[in-house]
Amino acid sequence: MKPLAITQYTVASALGLGLSPTLAALQAGRTGLAARDFETAHIGTWLGVVDAVADVRLPPELADHDCRNNRLAQLALLADDFGEHVRQAAQRWGAARVGVFLGTSTSGILQTEMAYRHRDPATGALPTWLHYAETHNTYSVSRYVRAALGLQGPAHVVSTACSSSAKVFAAAQRMIELGIVDAAVVGGVDSLCMTTLYGFKSLELVSAQICRPWDAQRNGLSLGEAAAFALLERDAATPRGWLLGAGESSDGHHMSSPHPEGAGAAAAMRGALASAGLQAGDVDYLNLHGTGTPGNDAAEDRAVGSVFGTTLPCSSTKGYTGHTLGAAGGVEAAVALLALEHGFMPAGLNVQQPDPALHSLYLREPRAGRLRVVASNSFGFGGSNCSLIFGAAR
Amino acid sequence: MSSLHTTIVGIGLLGPGLADWAGGQALLRDAAAWQNKPTEVPAPQRLPATERRRAGNVVKASIVVADQALAMAGLDAATLATVFTSSTGDPLNCHLLCEALAAAEPVVSPTRFTNSVHNAPAGYWHIAAASRAPSTSLAAFDASLAAGLLEAAVQCAATGAPVLLVATDVPYPEPLHAVRPVADVMAVALLLAPSAGAGRGLSLEVTSAAPATPCGEPAFEALRQGIPAARALPLLQALALPDAATLVLEGLPGMGLVLRVAAA
Repeated sequence: MKPLAITQYTVASALGLGLSPTLAALQAGRTGLAARDFETAHIGTWLGVVDAVADVRLPPELADHDCRNNRLAQLALLADDFGEHVRQAAQRWGAARVGVFLGTSTSGILQTEMAYRHRDPATGALPTWLHYAETHNTYSVSRYVRAALGLQGPAHVVSTACSSSAKVFAAAQRMIELGIVDAAVVGGVDSLCMTTLYGFKSLELVSAQICRPWDAQRNGLSLGEAAAFALLERDAATPRGWLLGAGESSDGHHMSSPHPEGAGAAAAMRGALASAGLQAGDVDYLNLHGTGTPGNDAAEDRAVGSVFGTTLPCSSTKGYTGHTLGAAGGVEAAVALLALEHGFMPAGLNVQQPDPALHSLYLREPRAGRLRVVASNSFGFGGSNCSLIFGAAR
Repeated sequence: MSSLHTTIVGIGLLGPGLADWAGGQALLRDAAAWQNKPTEVPAPQRLPATERRRAGNVVKASIVVADQALAMAGLDAATLATVFTSSTGDPLNCHLLCEALAAAEPVVSPTRFTNSVHNAPAGYWHIAAASRAPSTSLAAFDASLAAGLLEAAVQCAATGAPVLLVATDVPYPEPLHAVRPVADVMAVALLLAPSAGAGRGLSLEVTSAAPATPCGEPAFEALRQGIPAARALPLLQALALPDAATLVLEGLPGMGLVLRVAAA
């Protein structure tokens, strides 16, 4: 593929609102996770919560969209003047020529979960304050962002579990390459809810401790919430980075466990390299999916080894933000771009004893140095895999 | 505005009074012969017995129409890229999860949680087909079909390989049915191939002006409006006739897809 300009990006997570606090935390090795409860869920785990969500007010004309997920989206639209950058792009290209392609796994389902606690005792009806289309429906976050930014181009939500907001980069790239749109808002938004908290607990994939990707004693993930956006444009005078390649694959193996040898994951990484026209040796750093479950990290390690060998510096940043599920691909795209812009590779947190069975060159300390090419992995339930490759602005 | 050119080489259909594409074509040509009977969702043979039991209607209906389209085209499922699109996902599963989560001490079944992902049909399909080909799962509310068709045509043009589109919607039980009424189960599969040859040529263009083309018959128009996946009916009616046709497929507010179907 032809490199595609990334003209602005931002992220809101438990590390803070915008790129500046995110960069500071990544460079200092400071986590946003804390041992705490969420709403009515007391499941004894560490969570990456964005507390600023409580104070967000959506624009009055979009009040029906009010829910945790869209509030989180609004926080990120305001961060780093992201929304303003998009409005300028819409003036440049035309509002109908800017697409909105966002990832989420659970959208605003928390709103319906709460509504089910307030059903009419006589009829079972849901309360009138539930606005299904604007909050619960899977598309609701792209509906909100498209309306809030006044965009009129094609839009959809990709919902492929934890690969969702990586895959939107590939979708937008194709749309721009084929002339369907000239620019696109991509990224992902996923907010904490009962479905994922109790669901991952039921699968025994949530750790009682802070998540420890690549540690010998790792025993599960920590959940988080986040919104991350990037603006992709057909051409740009001063891009902040480039999308160089994207690879997508399916495992075709199991609904909730990765292929044990990481065959699908390896196919996604090879696909990304091929689309970028790069060799494995051209990549300077890899941001792993690295959730901290025993099976996921083992499968990803084998996949990375089969594509890159064991000398590529890599780390997971789930120990900072928690696993933000449908937003993880977007969040880690922002991490990759920060690494390229600021010349550093973040350390993986919480490794007390490296797993001797894993052979990737996993960073336990941050590294400084000029980076040209960074790759990022995102894998999800249903065996959905996506790898992205980003390049430095120059 | 760029237009996309593709060829439809396989079609699958399941909906109210529409058991499959082979029998459905005649009904789409003659609304008087069509009866609005509740959709019967068969158990797809492609799924192993345990998964056939666990899978929701959105998974079953998706796989049934996908297999119809594949059989028509004679293509191999193992290498085929897929685009699944749905406004609803699995509504019964969603309702039962929300009920369980409203309890004082919520207990969630691991299978129910796993099946709650929007890409469950894609996951089950690729497992059953032993396919590592790329797959995506989309949602765009009432424009889910248009979003899926655009994405599938874009992928087909970008990769030069066939792409299978599957659009499926399933009604919610109460109390969610009251806030999102979906009339019945409907699933449509379109297998797109890049080159001209056997099949019907289809070109797509995004438009911001033209309103969506309705169905000419009141009964089919009610169905079209009643289920997001049934927005495909005007296209399917055009495909059931040999003539060239132009229509606008309903998209997002202020946006639609102009579809030009070539003569058979």
